[in-house]
Amino acid sequence: MFTWLLRRLFQACFVVLAMTVIVFVGVHVIGNPVDILISPEADQAERARVIAAFGLDQPLWKQYALFLNGLLHGDLGRSFVFNEPALRLIGGRMPATLELAVTAVLMSVGFGVPLGLYAGLKPNGFIGRSIMAGSILGFSLPTFWVGLMLIMVFAVTLGWLPSTGRGETGELFGLRWSFLTWDGLRHMAMPALNLSLYNISLVLRLTRAGVRETLLMDYIKFARAKGLSPARVIFVHVLKNIMIPITTVVGLELGSTIAFAVVTESVFAWPGMGKLIIDSINVLDRPVIVAYLMMIVVIFITINLVVDILYTVLDPRVRLETKA
Amino acid sequence: MSDIAEESPFRRFLSEFAASKIALGGLIVFTIIALAAIFANWIGPQNPYDLAQLDIMDGRLPPGSKSGAGYTYLLGTDDQGRDMFSGMLFGLRISLAVGVGSAIFAACVGTTLGLLAAFFGRRTDAIIMRVVDLQLSFPSILVALMILAVLGKSVMNVVLALVIVDWAGYARNVRGIAMVERKREYIEAAACLALPWRRIMFGHLLPNCLPPLIVIATQQVARAIALEATLSFLGLGVPITSPSLGLLIANGYQYMLSGKYWISFYPGIALLVTIVSINLVGDHLRDVLNPRLKR
Repeated sequence: MFTWLLRRLFQACFVVLAMTVIVFVGVHVIGNPVDILISPEADQAERARVIAAFGLDQPLWKQYALFLNGLLHGDLGRSFVFNEPALRLIGGRMPATLELAVTAVLMSVGFGVPLGLYAGLKPNGFIGRSIMAGSILGFSLPTFWVGLMLIMVFAVTLGWLPSTGRGETGELFGLRWSFLTWDGLRHMAMPALNLSLYNISLVLRLTRAGVRETLLMDYIKFARAKGLSPARVIFVHVLKNIMIPITTVVGLELGSTIAFAVVTESVFAWPGMGKLIIDSINVLDRPVIVAYLMMIVVIFITINLVVDILYTVLDPRVRLETKA
Repeated sequence: MSDIAEESPFRRFLSEFAASKIALGGLIVFTIIALAAIFANWIGPQNPYDLAQLDIMDGRLPPGSKSGAGYTYLLGTDDQGRDMFSGMLFGLRISLAVGVGSAIFAACVGTTLGLLAAFFGRRTDAIIMRVVDLQLSFPSILVALMILAVLGKSVMNVVLALVIVDWAGYARNVRGIAMVERKREYIEAAACLALPWRRIMFGHLLPNCLPPLIVIATQQVARAIALEATLSFLGLGVPITSPSLGLLIANGYQYMLSGKYWISFYPGIALLVTIVSINLVGDHLRDVLNPRLKR
């Protein structure tokens, strides 16, 4: 187990290193680093100063070493637009994205499990079939388009919900969160629903498939034969058994939900990391782009590593396989 | 091979496919959309990118308005006074070209690598599949975002990004299918004849992997179109000189809050109908071509 963990950690570090090479090559070799790292408004003296400061007159391998050095010290340059260290800027936007993503994931369970349960128990009824048809839409509709429709219906036509921004925020642990105020929650409703639609469909389908499989099991027949109430059979015996795969998938989806928040945040002008990166790409704020890419790579590799480790801990089959 | 032996499975496939009214409807709708996109020049009442035909005074007219030149803007106009209907036809052309083109490229790359991995096994397999796993552990939008952030926006870069996003899916699926197929007798027979490996791989193995591959390709085309629209909506996809449906939607987004819904709404509907019709066909193809994949 320990050697396995060590090997897995080593692999993760290797992937991060490989990604730094890719990002470095992308920014410094394919693009012109002078154009990328120096704001177009800078004068000659400023250009010369930055070229020297970033070591752009050095040979390539030395530049890469400098880049890695900056990365290790958490220094990835300053944003041209905000004139703030890029990493701190992104970190400041992180709570907004995290609360949106976590709410979306919770909503996917809150809606997906009951709907999937119903569709699994009554697979041939009209409602059950409608739910399944709806889930196909949830998979195939582009997120941004659904977001626009939500805005059109709930913000423009009905005027029930605000369509942009985070609204009022409350403070917790020194960070600002929207879910602490009623106004913030109202602002969060549409983006969170929008972001969770894909996950709702996913959880719904998993639940339905799980329910239909589980209902055929002997222990369910036995529970019924014992004379347990249908509610107890469904909520204790069936639901408990299908929650394991659902939990895994939901955990795995958290990462891609953070990634797909890029789209939702842009539609609803939600001031998170995703909107920041899109804005930065559009105004070519390169230090922020590089910092975001490196950060998201590290986040993803960490999530994958944690999931892998959890698998080994939770599932004895995987544990045995690694031992063999 | 005789004609009958070749024709009958195909006929059976056709009749099986036609048995589902929904899938057939999807195919018809998609065919109409594709034809409309190809012949956009002749169908559209106006060439939206010929400035001589535009009148800025006609900007943001609601659907059904009359133009100065006398014809009706069926779906209204955008902020530049372009006829939305014509703009959508031209946008569809770009969306479809990018979606289908990148899916074909990705299929070629992914299939070749998947076949190589299955055929040679061992180290080749390990290396290719390691890259595939790594690629698939990152969400598609993120990979595309990275590529476009570094390369900048152009139609070719979007195609490249979509190919890089999609090839891994093909490779994994094809490898899975080919692993099963390569243990069959006909591959052994071909190997015993000492045929060159390229011929066995592409001449014997590939044709037998095709049916599931077609299903995957259909679904990937829909995914590629959706992803392209998303990227263009975010302003990272196609440049403003060749706007796809996604860019048209983004263009109308700012007017949506003031109630001028049609600039975004109709391109969105076109995008939606395209994606759903492809998915309907793909879903049914899966049932017809490979009952084992039925979920």
